[in-house]
Amino acid sequence: MTAAAAVGAILLASVTLYAILGGADFGGGLWDLLAGGDQRGRAPRRLIDESITPVWEANHVWLVFDLVIFWTAFPHAFAAVMTAAALPLWLALLGIVLRGTGFAFRKEVSRLSLQRFLGATFAFSSLLTPFFMGTVIGAIATGSIPASASHASQPAWTSPTSLLAGFLFVGACGYLAAVYLTGEAARRGDRRMQAYFTRRVQAAGIVAGALSLATLAELHTSNPALFSRLTGRALPLVIIAGLCGLAVLALLTAAWHNRVLVTGARVIAALGVAAVIWGWGVAQYPVLLPGTAVTLTHAGAPHTTLVAIIWLFVAAVLLVGPAFALLFALQGRRLLYADDAGLALAGVPGGATRPPAGRPSQQPASGSPGSGSRAVVLGLVAAGAIVRALIRRRDG
Amino acid sequence: MRFAEVAVAAVARTGTEVVPARAQMATTLGFHIILACLGIAFPTIVLLAEFIGLRRSNEVALVLARRWSLAMGVLIAVGAVTGTVLSFEMGLLWPGLMRRYGAVLGLPFGIEGLFFFLEAIFTAIYLYGWRRLPGWAHFWTGVPIAVSGIFGAMSVIAVNSWMNQPGGFTASGGRITSVNTWEVFFNHAAIYEMPHMILAAYMVTGFAVAGVYAAGILRGRRDRYHYTGFALGFVPAAVLTPFQIFVGDTAARAIAHDQPVKFASMEYVARTSRQVPEWLGGVYANGHIYAGLKIPYMDSLLVGFGPGTKVTGWDTVPPAERPPVVWLIHLCFDVMVGLGFLLLLAGLWAAYEWWRRRRLPPQRLFWLLGAVSGVAAIVAMECGWVVTEVGRQPWVVYRLLTTAAAATTNGGVIASLTLVIALYAVLGAATILILRLLARRWRRTGAQEATVPYGPPPGPQDQAAGRTRL
Repeated sequence: MTAAAAVGAILLASVTLYAILGGADFGGGLWDLLAGGDQRGRAPRRLIDESITPVWEANHVWLVFDLVIFWTAFPHAFAAVMTAAALPLWLALLGIVLRGTGFAFRKEVSRLSLQRFLGATFAFSSLLTPFFMGTVIGAIATGSIPASASHASQPAWTSPTSLLAGFLFVGACGYLAAVYLTGEAARRGDRRMQAYFTRRVQAAGIVAGALSLATLAELHTSNPALFSRLTGRALPLVIIAGLCGLAVLALLTAAWHNRVLVTGARVIAALGVAAVIWGWGVAQYPVLLPGTAVTLTHAGAPHTTLVAIIWLFVAAVLLVGPAFALLFALQGRRLLYADDAGLALAGVPGGATRPPAGRPSQQPASGSPGSGSRAVVLGLVAAGAIVRALIRRRDG
Repeated sequence: MRFAEVAVAAVARTGTEVVPARAQMATTLGFHIILACLGIAFPTIVLLAEFIGLRRSNEVALVLARRWSLAMGVLIAVGAVTGTVLSFEMGLLWPGLMRRYGAVLGLPFGIEGLFFFLEAIFTAIYLYGWRRLPGWAHFWTGVPIAVSGIFGAMSVIAVNSWMNQPGGFTASGGRITSVNTWEVFFNHAAIYEMPHMILAAYMVTGFAVAGVYAAGILRGRRDRYHYTGFALGFVPAAVLTPFQIFVGDTAARAIAHDQPVKFASMEYVARTSRQVPEWLGGVYANGHIYAGLKIPYMDSLLVGFGPGTKVTGWDTVPPAERPPVVWLIHLCFDVMVGLGFLLLLAGLWAAYEWWRRRRLPPQRLFWLLGAVSGVAAIVAMECGWVVTEVGRQPWVVYRLLTTAAAATTNGGVIASLTLVIALYAVLGAATILILRLLARRWRRTGAQEATVPYGPPPGPQDQAAGRTRL
């Protein structure tokens, strides 16, 4: 394996880690958005908030790491993508800023209206980032990024494939988040939330699966070469992705009472998403920007830089790997969570306590049983409408 | 007048995007750099408080450490996203720079990525581990934050200093052919830029913390809580100030040698000559310096310790290769140095009082000085950053690549600039409001009533409250 191919694999591995770790945090925003009013959404919002809080910043660093590897190892491709797809990248960035600050600030305010506003900011912007990132990936996959792009190209990321990829990213983030949250609820022994998020896994799984197939079908016309490789040498990975998706649905539904299997489904879901990403990578190898001469070896970095990146990745695995393991282990033992210190020191005996309004509190939440199925229907209708519109457009 | 001419000339020469792109980079970096300083140094000060709290069973210090870590959490979260904005902007605003030199300057950024990971991970553990991890174990989970903050800062400054003193690579025909990571990282300017910026981060954070509590003391909150908070910020910052002045002086002398045109702009040296005077203040326009205070021979003395030292002027390069707004560079330099000495004075005053009377100065003037010291340190740091960035113009990579050639060719930077200014204004205001909200909440609770993290064991009620919140 050449150094360039190794660095390509490193970049893909880092992207995968961002997708399965950071992506789920964005998905949490999606479910926060769909959780309903203050009362009904209290329990799911609380679970989402507690699951994301200690880890989202560390997960987010993968994005920065991805960007750095991309521009260091493949500077020409990086400059082309950043120029041609400037608009969706700006919008994805807007999502990142609003999501992070909205989420961080929401914890610290105690007035209900402010919490609602910041929560809405966090939730809506959680959709922006995956969607626009997806359109950029779609633009790359369809070969819409010219090698020496000097101007932003709007058609590049507004093609049906790119838009479908955007929706797929949102769906996949929601799917991952729902699986993780189901596992988290199961670990806490919270049956109600386990059922709640299992329904969402089913809905998001169906939507994401349908969107994957629709994107694949679109690629048949927009980039036949990539399509034939996805159904050729990358086919095993595509099949694995599909099997993982089915396995997760089956596990969560059938092995309802088996806590180990339910929490283990998270690994399978992550594997499924990773298989999709690697399927794309394998299908595209060794081309970096389809439709151009920019390959892994011809993207502007000298051999010494590529070797340095390999060492950097080794250092990252050795240094950051154990640190992440510690973080997730502590989180798994529930040794990490935001306590009352920030929220008016509620619960301190004798203190001037004021229950944090609107935020998850000890009060049992009164969830209406129909809310989950309604979200499922809404999600399906939305996805169906998108797919139908695209099919009609292609026919016409 | 001159600025307008230069701006118009720059636009005419290079297309329309470089000026808004620079303005946007300046806005986002100028905002982020404050948060970056707090991200680098705040963990150390929080750990200092926790250390004193644990070692001496000082409950006030422990309460401060716990509360500061909450503020730190907010600031690091905002810093993480504004830092990401900069990563994107490297490509969105400066694709020409990344295309040419991404393979070189990306490596220190990659190293920075490692430390950013460690910082984010251990911040989470530290922040959410209060009371759940045993006291000293909790303290040690914070140490990697402080350490990786310093190394991360070194990595980012490696990039900036490399742009000032590029080296460590070979190129042929516009393509990089080999890179030596070590020489890129420890380039010639890194030796002085790294300590200068890291010390600046500690001064900004220390004086900012001290300023908050000095303001409280001025308002009559003269209790142990406020004095402890003030001292924990003020002492480290004041101790580091003389070192910073020494490093800054060394850096200026190195710049006189490495980047003579930048130095000439800092000191108003129009023509290469000996016995060069030092100008304090003053505005340079049309070949004249207005309203400046002239100290004869001083600049030559500072550069080479003798009045006969030759100082290179900006006449050595054609006008197109000189920085655009000389007076801005000079005034920023003067403000930075002036504020540095003001902060030194504050530290000396406190040290004298402590030496003679074992107390902090009771004079209202001292506390006024303390209250503004945070703002002063931030202004000084921003001014220094203007000096180094504007002073490097028109180059983005010194003598190798012009800023104009690095800028994006996409239209519409004006639109993103407008959005960024509006968004960051809201973001800045919101961050300050949130911090004030926290402060107000803490004041309501009072230092004595607050639960002490590692003080007396929490009562059964408290434990129960903790458990039900799971």
